Amino acid sequence: MFETLSLHELQLYWWSIISLLGGLFVFMMFVQGGQTLLFGLTRNELERTMMVNSLGRKWELGFTTLVLFGGALFAAFPKFYASSFGGAYWLWLGILFSFILQAVSYEYRTKKNNFFGQTSYEIFLWINGVFGTLLLGIAISTFISGAPYIIDENNFVVWQSSLRGIEALFVWQNYLLAFSLLFLVRIIAGMYFLNNIDHEAFRDKIRSMIMRNILFFLVPFLGFIAWVLLKDGYEYNPESLIVSIVPMKYFYNFLEIPFLLVMFLLGIVLVLFAVYRAVFKEKNCCIFTVGIGTVLTVMSLLLNIGVNNTVYYPSISDLQSSITIVNSSGSHYTLLTMSYVSLMVPFVLAYIYVVWRAMDKVKITEEEMNDASEHHY
Amino acid sequence: MEVMSSELVDWSRAQFALTALYHFLFVPLTLGLSFIIAIMETIYVKTGDIIWKKITKFWMTLFAINFAIGVATGLIMEFEFGTNWSNYSWFVGDIFGAPLAVEGILAFFMESTFFAVMFFGWNKVSKGFHLLSTWLVAVGSNLSAFWILAANGWMQYPVGMQFNPDTVRNEMISFWDVALSPVAISKFLHTIGSGYVIGALFVVGISAWLLLKGKDTLEAKRSMVVGSSFGLLVSLFLVLSGDESAHQVAQTQPVKLAAMEGLYKGEERAGIVAFGLLNPDKEIGDNQHPIIGEVTIPYALSLLSYHDIDAFVPGLDDLVYGNEKYNIESASSKMAKGKIALEAFKEYKEAKKKKDLSAMADAEVKLQKYMPYFGYGYLAEPTDIVPPIALTYYSFHIMVALGSWFIVLFILLLYVVMKKDIEQYRKVLWLAVLSIPLGYIAAEAGWIVAEVGRQPWAIQDLMPVGIAATQIDAGNVKISFWIFAVMFTGLLIAEIKIMLAQIKLGFEGGH
Repeated sequence: MFETLSLHELQLYWWSIISLLGGLFVFMMFVQGGQTLLFGLTRNELERTMMVNSLGRKWELGFTTLVLFGGALFAAFPKFYASSFGGAYWLWLGILFSFILQAVSYEYRTKKNNFFGQTSYEIFLWINGVFGTLLLGIAISTFISGAPYIIDENNFVVWQSSLRGIEALFVWQNYLLAFSLLFLVRIIAGMYFLNNIDHEAFRDKIRSMIMRNILFFLVPFLGFIAWVLLKDGYEYNPESLIVSIVPMKYFYNFLEIPFLLVMFLLGIVLVLFAVYRAVFKEKNCCIFTVGIGTVLTVMSLLLNIGVNNTVYYPSISDLQSSITIVNSSGSHYTLLTMSYVSLMVPFVLAYIYVVWRAMDKVKITEEEMNDASEHHY
Repeated sequence: MEVMSSELVDWSRAQFALTALYHFLFVPLTLGLSFIIAIMETIYVKTGDIIWKKITKFWMTLFAINFAIGVATGLIMEFEFGTNWSNYSWFVGDIFGAPLAVEGILAFFMESTFFAVMFFGWNKVSKGFHLLSTWLVAVGSNLSAFWILAANGWMQYPVGMQFNPDTVRNEMISFWDVALSPVAISKFLHTIGSGYVIGALFVVGISAWLLLKGKDTLEAKRSMVVGSSFGLLVSLFLVLSGDESAHQVAQTQPVKLAAMEGLYKGEERAGIVAFGLLNPDKEIGDNQHPIIGEVTIPYALSLLSYHDIDAFVPGLDDLVYGNEKYNIESASSKMAKGKIALEAFKEYKEAKKKKDLSAMADAEVKLQKYMPYFGYGYLAEPTDIVPPIALTYYSFHIMVALGSWFIVLFILLLYVVMKKDIEQYRKVLWLAVLSIPLGYIAAEAGWIVAEVGRQPWAIQDLMPVGIAATQIDAGNVKISFWIFAVMFTGLLIAEIKIMLAQIKLGFEGGH
């Protein structure tokens, strides 16, 4: 089935898978978005408990998507894995530290004798929500703004900044994506709560929150889009692999591949449509609409920066060291083998969907939170 | 490729070891307890007896407390290959990344998806669906372990790949050789076996404590029956998988085997040291006796290693200096071949720059011929092939001694649990309680044997740790090491405190 594909076709296939996983991960980051609302949105302990329990039934899926994203990058594009993670050391470790805090906080939060106290675990969740999201946004933004590294003759990375990833925090444009992401995941979290928590007073507050956050989201997001579309991009020659700077590369990518532009616009329209339905029509239905919109938008952006001979991780120290899907991928054999494994992805998505539906059929209610026979966070 | 400073390499190793050792405090309980819970829930569904539901929920609560922190440390381990071993990640990422990705797709999603049903689905899905979910969590956890251990097995016994001098990396040529190598399989079986034993020790130990306190005795007795039966079966299985594991080590990592046994001079009909202290003054190549107060089981090492009581088992002296009689190549000879491989690699690169195809072809032929010795080219001394002997030796013997004790303990417990007055056997119950940490010690010791015993290699014979690390100032790794140490220790303390509080609540607190 995949045997007939050339190495480059397999590279494109795997970049598409990575883009899909990236989109799914951003969607699942509604868990992080929800965590940022723990202190601002809740008035009492019951509301906070409902939120934590609602998110707590999904945090594992987001975490797993992150693990898979890492594993797939390692397998399909090992040069990126080796270069960025080892090079931007503190940026990635900062993200990982916040995820360690998240992993234990749901289960330990209300347990007796939990050492740090309930509020500490809630603060841990908030830290993961805010800083984990912002740092991830900054890390992903370096796919466009670039990073200071050289690839030596053995294909090993030599990082050119002693700040080891912290330097990305000093590039103001990186915050455009970081804050877009933060407000987007808060909006998706709101959609999820509307759908999952059966509590009318709480839903009213959620709707107001979504309304505010869509405005907060649009400012950095439009700024990000303007920056990306107008900035110089990096392109490699498919024959010589020599990298050069091309004005408005990402803008032209959209024009040259209209399918991506349609995908991008459709994604945004779906997100806005879902928000409109939730806020103005007071519907609770739209978690999957906003989810599909998010996946399409993120996927189209990631595809834009990786295909059409585009450099997806530019080096600002040495243009010719820049990482592309062509020079960073696994071998033909490995990509081919992994492509067969990837056929399991729809099956996995299907059983996740079935379980999600089965579990969310019964909504979270005040009564359930007060039922001592149920497992609670 | 340059050998990095020992300070950087040591801190990078320390950070990875810290993460791995913490990770393996939590993972084995997940592996073992998931099956025990599934068995308990199956009994509940089959009999409809509500007591079994209560028992299942109690152990499930303890499972969840442990599970969360195992997930957190696991995530860090995956990314530390990139953050701290970036040269390694490029040099073998084409092979090593695949099992990690397969784990994510095939196993981890199964585990995490059905985990939510297992804990929150009691009143939301049917009994059958819930039971299926519990079994799928157990299967998912163990499948996950399989792919991780296949990756680890490949580091110990690299197969199914070929070095590509153009990309400067090893590339996979056979997925099945990587996934199903005998080392990977034996490592998987032995590691999950140890997890099952820890799960069983955990169940019988806590049940014993509840019996000693006279609390929830019916539930504790039933748990004890499941735990001790499961424990006896899996500890016997552990003997068989351990035998196979040692056999594989003998074939593929003879230096590690010699260090495990403190064997300096090779012997035919070699015995296993059942007890003995290492002579601290002993050096490679001298004539001092290596073991003090030695008690050996004759022939056992030859039998274990080669399934032949007459077989010659090489010692460290033979492996470092060579032994013509038994056709064992010296380390210095391998180092010379390794240097030829490095030289050929350099020639290849120079020829490529000059676009001299003929010279490239010649250099590649030479490189592939000597590639199995590639890593030896970076070693400075022949004795560099020897891992820390004392740590490997004592860890191995502690693991074996504890493994033997667990068999005795489970037989004893199975015997007393059949008695009506199990509460009267207080000493036996205390032994069960005190054996809980021993399971963890045995498992950690096993990992020390596996990982310390393969030093100096990141990938056996191909890449020493000195060139595998990320090129970064050691100060960064020192700081991150201490951040991880504080975080993991804090969370471990929290986990133990929560676990103890939950156990004190007894079976009424299980939900």
